[in-house]
Amino acid sequence: MDVRFINPFISAVRNVFNTMVQTDVSVGKPSLKTGDMESADVSGVIGLSGDVTGAVVLSFPKLVACKLASAFAGMELDTGHEDFADAIGELANMVAGNAKKDFAGLSVSISLPSVVVGAGHQISQSKTSPQLVIPCQTPLGPFDVEVAMVVAKKPAEAAVGAAS
Amino acid sequence: MKILLVDDSRTIRNIQKNTLKGMGHTDVLEAADGLEALSVLGGERPDLMLVDWNMPKMDGITLVRKVRENDKAIPIIMVTTEAEKSRVMEALKAGVNNYVVKPFTAETLSEKISQTMSKAAAPA
Repeated sequence: MDVRFINPFISAVRNVFNTMVQTDVSVGKPSLKTGDMESADVSGVIGLSGDVTGAVVLSFPKLVACKLASAFAGMELDTGHEDFADAIGELANMVAGNAKKDFAGLSVSISLPSVVVGAGHQISQSKTSPQLVIPCQTPLGPFDVEVAMVVAKKPAEAAVGAAS
Repeated sequence: MKILLVDDSRTIRNIQKNTLKGMGHTDVLEAADGLEALSVLGGERPDLMLVDWNMPKMDGITLVRKVRENDKAIPIIMVTTEAEKSRVMEALKAGVNNYVVKPFTAETLSEKISQTMSKAAAPA
């Protein structure tokens, strides 16, 4: 994956959690996801299409997801609450949407969010692109942003295409 | 003032409702997608609409175009994660009066609402 696409996600996750969850996010060193990575209890998934294809996944331990979703929604949300998945999906939506604005020259659409809730699950993505894991730490606990994307159209071509 | 909130996320609608409450607006209608909004508009004429872009069944840009076929005056603010200049231009062309990018603070949203309503009230 092109490293130029990492910074937009780091800025986006900080911006979204700072503005909507009123919590600071410190970002650790991104690494490539390997088979023995830790699994998650809650994942918010957004598909990317257009000039890039792939997906963005926000993966949380259960307790952290509940705390962050509650802080975002302004009310207590556990995984059984009808608004829990909605809150996690919207956080993923804002991170993906906020990041894609910085993909210079590329036109990218984001899917509606999907949310997976289940102890110790893993989200498998296409093997055509390495999956990058951006570890995030907040005062309410840690979570990961996982990004796997392939540029279908180079920025220069996209810019030419947009001008025609 | 009656305000229609159109967003598939109930969490976002609740956050918007809290901001509106802080501004003294409690007469709020809600819809979870464009089709539901059109159904609400069949029986109500709100004074302001806040519309998300990406929604199931009918997205916000399609909703705005449909509303503008019959009503050029109702103030519409697009509230969305779509932040690219091309999207903002597309929304303005479709007929939105103002644009708020998610994530937003309560201050930003209330400022844009006040700005939009003042412009709508100003004599042409």
